[in-house]
Amino acid sequence: MLEIKNLHAELEDDGKKILKGVDLKLEPGKVHAIMGPNGSGKSTLSYVLSGRDGYEVTEGSATLDGEDILELEAEERAAAGLFLAFQYPVEIPGVGNMTFLRTAVNAQRKARGEEELSAADFLKVVRAKAKTLKIDGDMLKRPVNVGFSGGEKKRNEILQMAMLEPKMCILDETDSGLDVDAMKLVSEGVNALRDEGRSFLVITHYQRLLDHIKPDVVHIMAEGRIIKTGGPELALEVENNGYADLLAEMA
Amino acid sequence: MAVAETKNTQLVADIPVTTGWTLAAREDAKARLAAAGLPGRRDEYWKYTRPDAMTAAEAPAGEFVDYGEAPVFSEVDRLKIVFVDGVYDAAQSDDLSLEGVTIERLEDAASADIHWAQDLYGTLETAGQTPVARPLATLNTASAKDGILLNVAGKVSKPISLVYHYASDTSDAMLHHVVKLAEGAEITVLENGPAAARFNTVMEVDVADRASFHHVRTQGRQHVRNSATHIFARTGEESQFRSFTMTVNGTLTRNEVVLDIQGDNALAHVAGVAAGDGNAPQGYHHDDTVFVTHDAVNCESRQVFKKVLRNGATGVFQGKILVKPDAQKTDGYQISQGLLLDDDSNFLAKPELEIYADDVACSHGSTVGAIDDEALFYLRSRGVPAADAQDLLVLAFLAEAIDEVADEAIRELLLTRLEAWLARRRA
Repeated sequence: MLEIKNLHAELEDDGKKILKGVDLKLEPGKVHAIMGPNGSGKSTLSYVLSGRDGYEVTEGSATLDGEDILELEAEERAAAGLFLAFQYPVEIPGVGNMTFLRTAVNAQRKARGEEELSAADFLKVVRAKAKTLKIDGDMLKRPVNVGFSGGEKKRNEILQMAMLEPKMCILDETDSGLDVDAMKLVSEGVNALRDEGRSFLVITHYQRLLDHIKPDVVHIMAEGRIIKTGGPELALEVENNGYADLLAEMA
Repeated sequence: MAVAETKNTQLVADIPVTTGWTLAAREDAKARLAAAGLPGRRDEYWKYTRPDAMTAAEAPAGEFVDYGEAPVFSEVDRLKIVFVDGVYDAAQSDDLSLEGVTIERLEDAASADIHWAQDLYGTLETAGQTPVARPLATLNTASAKDGILLNVAGKVSKPISLVYHYASDTSDAMLHHVVKLAEGAEITVLENGPAAARFNTVMEVDVADRASFHHVRTQGRQHVRNSATHIFARTGEESQFRSFTMTVNGTLTRNEVVLDIQGDNALAHVAGVAAGDGNAPQGYHHDDTVFVTHDAVNCESRQVFKKVLRNGATGVFQGKILVKPDAQKTDGYQISQGLLLDDDSNFLAKPELEIYADDVACSHGSTVGAIDDEALFYLRSRGVPAADAQDLLVLAFLAEAIDEVADEAIRELLLTRLEAWLARRRA
């Protein structure tokens, strides 16, 4: 599925090196978690993979099913099946949520040479999926994320994921700003999408999200690299002992 | 202003007829123009816009571009009145009879000795000269031959649609319209079409108590067009006044709206969208100049103006809300925003509030900015191609102004036009 080799990236404007040789391989159907202290490069990794401006890849590669995604525009990566659930979903005044969803779904279908969904078909699908995420008609009508609570924004991210049906989902601190109930709802949404053809990369600070979205593999990231990889027990170890021991090992 | 200096090289008022009820108003206008002179570059009110093209003795040549689109209001059930290069064309116009309104052509009506429009023609324009002179309107009152006079007695079932056709690249047109709404009357007036190489219009609107005036206008179709328009309106108790203008293309467009809210509990909304590309042969310069006077209690006024500019286009907004001492409970709102699609374009705004009453709620804001990179990336990360994402954000930016158009069908027509303008950018 996703294969990252020796990925180095720096900030375009000041040349600050953030990723210093990330190696990662995700098999189809697997859930990998990345944990790590602040400033370790977790979010940068998600932005570099999804094609945000402002980063320069200086070395290494990232492929999705063998295709070099670093050469693609952000929208082409999306059409290829990559999805980033944002840590801070963006508010877009003036664009209705439904319009946004339909534009995105049809843009991807068009890019893949598929027929666009009719308004009626789209509405039927979106209503059903919104219902399971407890997203009401009002939230669908309102401008994208404008006036949404933290939990509503994250649920809206998962709704987009459910509508776009990507094969590679990156969740960037999806648990941030969520209360226990909202986290449960969001996790259920994610778990409902787990499928043998779909992989997840879950970026988080805390173990608690991983109680709900159970990972197959846990990576610890620090100073721009993966410093340790293990099973779910690694997340528990971090939860109990913090990152200090791991960082000390690295030094 | 140095009139003597300008007289030789610039326009002077040329009164078209020498008899009839308009004569006094026209002579008065000619005298006022002689005293005030035409606007010059040094006038404070013309600080951001050069009036030269509008005051030159000869109209600068125009250029009409046909995109093959049907005229914007073609599908609307309406009464169509056509002007070609500023001259009424009976053959292309509908029969001028419609229940609830008397429709006359100014040129036909002007030779009569007395007329209902006598109290309005030039009167609202004259009132609108204080505190700021608007000489191009005075020039129009003195010189305009043609126009439409609407005497609205009741609720008019369909819009009056003024269509301005363009025939000659050297056309120099002036139109003067007068609209009088009796108590409780309702009418919608539409305006569209490329009009003329140089186009100067005045519309005087008298909205009586509980009457409702809706106005939607599009200006476009030529890259090279110089135009100055004025709307002068006074409104009565519990009346409604709504005017919306969409402008795409045009070397120079100056749209002035002068509103005098005289009756209590009235509502007045003025809004506009301008989309400009400076790569047109002679560039793009668009100016909205609005002056709203509150002289009554508990009235609401809104000014919503949005401009999207690229390739060195310039947008100007001069907007004022004047609240007189007795105009308590005034609710005044004014927003002007420029969206610059590149570093070459300009948006110049001069928002003003002048308030003499102590129990009012007035707010104004003016911003200029670029496309939000975060929003653009968000859309692209969901698979929306960059160009589509930008268009979506441009339309979202303009939405607050377009939403001022109450009629949904007309709003859709305007959106279609804007989408076409955006699409042409990619070609």
